[in-house]
Parts: sequence; structure tokens; C-alpha cells
Amino acid sequence: MTLYRTTTATAVAALMAAAPAFAQTEIQLWHAMGGALGEKVEEIASGFNEMQDDYTVVPTYKGDYTENMTAAIAAFRAGEQPHIVQVFEVGTATMMAAEGAVRPVQAVMDNADIEWDSEVYVPAVKSYYTTPDGDMLSLPFNSSTPVMWYNRDLLDEAGVTEVPQTWDEMFAAAEALQANGHDCAFSFGWQSWVMIENYLAWHDQPIGTMENGFAGLETELVFDESDDLTELLQRIADSQENGTFQYGGRRGDSLPLFTSGECAMWMNSSAYYAGISEQAEFEFGQAMLPINTEAAEEPQNSIIGGATLWVLEGHVDEEYQGVAEFFNYLSSPEVQADWHQASGYVPITTAAYELSQEQGFYESNPGTDTAIKQLSLNEPTPNSKGLRFGNYVQVRDIINEELEDLWAGNQTAAEALAEAAARGNMLLRDFEDAND
Amino acid sequence: MRPKRVTFRHRWLPYALIAPQIVITIVFFLWPASQAIYQSVLRQDAFGLRTEFVGMANFERLFSDPLYLESFWTTIAFSALVASLSMGIALILAVMADRVIRTATAYRTLLIWPYAVAPAVAGVLWWFLFNPTIGIAAYAMDALGYDWNHYVKGSDAMALIVIASAWRQVSYNFLFFLAGLQAIPRSLTEAAAIDSAGPLRRFWTIQLPLLSPTVFFLIVVNVVYAFFETFGVVHATTSGGPGQATNILVYKVWRDAFEGLNLGSSAAQSVILMVIVIALTAIQFRYIERRVEY
Repeated sequence: MTLYRTTTATAVAALMAAAPAFAQTEIQLWHAMGGALGEKVEEIASGFNEMQDDYTVVPTYKGDYTENMTAAIAAFRAGEQPHIVQVFEVGTATMMAAEGAVRPVQAVMDNADIEWDSEVYVPAVKSYYTTPDGDMLSLPFNSSTPVMWYNRDLLDEAGVTEVPQTWDEMFAAAEALQANGHDCAFSFGWQSWVMIENYLAWHDQPIGTMENGFAGLETELVFDESDDLTELLQRIADSQENGTFQYGGRRGDSLPLFTSGECAMWMNSSAYYAGISEQAEFEFGQAMLPINTEAAEEPQNSIIGGATLWVLEGHVDEEYQGVAEFFNYLSSPEVQADWHQASGYVPITTAAYELSQEQGFYESNPGTDTAIKQLSLNEPTPNSKGLRFGNYVQVRDIINEELEDLWAGNQTAAEALAEAAARGNMLLRDFEDAND
Repeated sequence: MRPKRVTFRHRWLPYALIAPQIVITIVFFLWPASQAIYQSVLRQDAFGLRTEFVGMANFERLFSDPLYLESFWTTIAFSALVASLSMGIALILAVMADRVIRTATAYRTLLIWPYAVAPAVAGVLWWFLFNPTIGIAAYAMDALGYDWNHYVKGSDAMALIVIASAWRQVSYNFLFFLAGLQAIPRSLTEAAAIDSAGPLRRFWTIQLPLLSPTVFFLIVVNVVYAFFETFGVVHATTSGGPGQATNILVYKVWRDAFEGLNLGSSAAQSVILMVIVIALTAIQFRYIERRVEY
């Protein structure tokens, strides 16, 4: 017993003596990754914590994207902000406008004592979060892009051997499916992102003026000026009559339409990979978004969705060194490739993409490289590098409302787009006034 | 006659006794309310870095927005439907439970149960039942020839949030109706029965008139509930859609503040709602004080 006590006392003394050496600086990371993805974030953080002794990254799950961002903003107003906060892509303009609250990633990395090159990131991912001068504002973390998911079994039964690549082929496939007694050919989720923002980028057309808002706050929405988009949306709305298209709600609410086999094709984020493989009891695959041959011969590139990591002001320099080291670790090919393969999000660096190729991931999981291929199809143009509109979360709500009135037959596609643009522009002016 | 007075031995004692309540009122009501009024005349960016005094501009903007005015009508229709549905069902259940003698406690407990379910949970529950693709209720209606789809049809979406909101409130109303019914002296109904009045007639001429104070009280409570506490149900089921079909006032307050980060407009909407709830409370006090009776 005495011996035991002595040992304990010695151990405690040793620990206390050693304590200053373990004086680790804590780096707070607030994120919105629930479930399996959240566990993966914990894993990345502990990987970093074990690798070095100076810093401890503490990840905290704060709810969904909206809740996480609101929590961080409220914390900032109270002077209790975390070092790093994960913000979804449509929050970019709000974060950018918050000069004095946000420290650009470029500045964090340049000031820190590390080797770092912003050229390693995939251009289509990086461009969304970069100033016109080429400075990176936030670190891409989980990015995805909409793809077309298809039900191989249903298409085969209807004799559709080639997955549709154009909208005309989509409607032709719908006829073949209906001849075979299957009503719903396609549906989609996140309709503003998939059917307006990505449709326009895919066909190299502007969503708004001033490089989709990248060049200034005076930007205006012009998605109602695309005749081919208007015609296509009207055609889709009309096709509800024979059941070709079925609307299944906002966000990912329409997923059951696809996984239950009710609709043969579904356009939504590539990050549904895990969910679909778990639920679908049929052979499925992912293909590139269809092209409207009225508008373009070849697709441009699609744009991303997802979230990035922003660094908040108000901490001491030494802590930003830790943030920079963590970001460097996060961008390393091994960590990125692992994250990409586990989550279905696209790899954010070219090296991670190449590493996944070498590891044979795409051969054993065919189609999982569709998203990254779509994103890197061409060098992004001002129309296809992304969008940066203020109050955009609300603008997306407006687009949802107006499109729903189109699907319900209360208005035409032209009216829906015109009304959405007009109401959206009022919010853009508010944002301009509040941030000028 | 001298007015009745309670005399405290120490001057500070009465103040000390009411102090906790005063503190709670100040911290949880007066202070947030004053903040809302203050915010409602400002325009501020999300982080609070730039603040500008804009006077009544936030209010003018709201009242010139046809969609906000439409949201008023949506809210009124929604509240009327929730109040009448939940009170109607609760009254029928209470009248029946009042007649049950055996295992009355078990029935009562089961009927009160849903009140313990959080609004968001209730919303998700009904969302699953009525999901057009996988919901069992939607499937049953499909078999009966009705193509339920609350994603497209505004009336279906309204029906969904009314059912989900009313379901929970039935329990609360049931409790009050049952208590009200049990407070009616048996001798009155028995005398009517002797005069050969049937159960229906006894209900209409004796029980319902005597229940009127409860009915008035519950109307106010239910309208207040539908106006202010149904945000969770809407958030979990329809998000205000399709179109504007279920965009009720309190949901818009939340959405503009927490999704839109537009604190000025959201605060102005809160102030408007505050005026409404003060008016409703005043009406309630008037009626309760007068004790409506026939």
C-alpha cells in the first residue's frame, strides 16, 4: 500500500513538473457535420493533435449549417468566438463583408511560419472562395456538386441503354419509361442550386451581373433573362401532366422518390453517395448533368456547394500559427483522400485526387469521380466560378417559393423567374445598403 | 368599512417577496422586449460591425410588402383552423370521458399524453405519416383516390400543419373541458333528465352554456398558441412552403433572423407580434373578469 501511494505521489509530481511542457494552445473549431461525418471530423482533429504537441484542435458540433453560422456570429457579438468556423457556400458574401471579424486564410497562412502554396487546390473549388486578386478567403473543406443519379435497373427495363446526356434524351428516356409503364422519369432536390445556379454555370450563362457578384455589391440577378432556362423549366412543369417530373420538396426531401424506385433519375449533390448506397435496393450510378443543346454544345463546368472553414479575428498571433498548421495538415493528400473517399465530397487538392486514383478507389467505386470531373471540365469562366450574393440564404428561399408556384401551376416559368429575380434583387439592395 | 389591508412587520418584506418575480420579468421579458424595440429601428450587418438608425423604415418596408400582409391572412386562417379543430375534438372527447366511469384515469392519461411531445417532434412524426412517397397516411389516401402531395399543393400543406399543431393542443383543451364539465353540478343535468331531456339536449341547453367561460378562455389560449408556438411544427414539416402557403408570421420572424441574419426586420416583426399578443391578453382579461355566463 505504501509502495503504491509513493508511486502515485511520484507520478503526480512528475506530471506536475512536466505540465508546462504540455501547455497546449487550444484551437476551437465549430462545425456542422453530424453523424458519421462528425466522427470523421473528430478523427482528423485527433490525427493532428497526436502528430504534434503544441496545439489541441477541439471540434464542436453546433447543429446544421445555419445554426452553426448563427452560433458563431452570436459568439462573435459576445466576444467569445471560436478560431475556426465552418460556413456553407451561400454564407460567403456575409462572411466576406464582415471585415474586422474575419481573417482571410491567405493572411493566416502567409503570416504563419509554414510552407504553403495555394496552387495545390482544385481551381473550381478554390475560385469560389477567392478574391478577384487571387487571395484565398477561406479554406475549402467539404465541397460537392450536383450530379445525375440514375436507376440502372429501371432504365434497362425500358430499353434505355445509354444514360441521357442531353435534356432531349431525358425526355426521350421518359417516353421509353412510360411506354414500359413507369411514370416518373426524374426529380431533383436543392432546386435553386441544381436547376438555376448550376444549370447556368453548366451552360456558361450569368446568374447575376458583375461576375455573379464577385466584382461588387451592386450586382443584380439576371437568371430570368435566359430564354433556354425559362423554356426548359416550363417544359419540366408541363411534363408533370403525364408524371414525367415529380416535385419532391426542398433540400434533399425528394431523396425517397429516387431510393424507393419511384423516379428513375434524380439530380442532386454527389455527397448523397453514402445515403443512396445504404438505401437503394437496385443498381444505381452517377452521370454528368444533362446539357441543353439549345443553349450550348458542350458543358462548361459545374459549381460547388458545401462549406469552407473561416478564421475569425480576436485571438493572439500564436494561436493563428496553430490554425495554419492545422489547415496545412487538413490539406495534405492523405487526409484529403481519406475524407473524400469516406464522405463523397470532392477532393479539394489535385494531389488528393491523384492519390485516390493511385489507390484504385474509382475503379472499385465506379462513378465516384463524376463530381470532380464535372468541376474540372474547363477553366472556370466569370459565369462558372461560383456566385457571391448577399442575403443569399433568403434569396434561395424566394426561388423555392416561386418555383413551387410554378410546379403547382399557379404561374408560368417566365413569371416565376421574373418574380424571383425582382424579389431577390430587393434583398441584394438591402445587403448593399447594410454593408456599404 | 375600511378596506382590507395586510400589514407586514417589516417595510422591506413585501418587496423581498415579490423581488424574484420582478427580476424574472425584467430579465426574461422587459429586457428582451426593449432590445427588440431598439433593434427594430436599426439596420445592422450580421456581425454587428456597422449600425445605422433607420427610424420606422423596417416597419414601412413590412407594411408595403404584399407578401407580409398575405402572411397575416395565412396566420389568421391557420389560427382559426387550429383553434376550432383542437377545441372541437377536445370537447367531444371530454364529454365522452366525463361519462366514462370505469378506467377513467387510463383514458385521461392517454388523452393528455400528446401534450408532452415537443412541437418539432410532433412535426417530424406527421411529416413521416404524410410524406407523399413513404408516408402511410398518404398511401391510405391514395388508395381512397386522393393524390396527397403537400410539396406542391398549398391546401395539403396547410392541412398538414393544422393537424400537426392541433393534435398536440387537443390534450390541453381536453383537460380544461373535462374540469369544466365536472364542475357542473350533477343535480342540474339529473333534473333535466327527469324532465325527459335527452343527452344531446342536456349538452346544448345546460352543459355548453355553463362551459362558456372555459370556451372563451381556451379560444384565447389556442389562438395565442397558434400564433406564437407553432414555429417548430412549420420548421419541421413545410418550411413555409409550397410558395407562401404556410408562411405564418412567427415562422417568418425566425427565418429572417436566423437564416437571413436580418435582425432589424425580424425585430420589427417581433414588435408587431408583441402588440398582437398584448391585445389578445387584454381581450382575455376582459372576458375572464366578466365571467361570461348565460
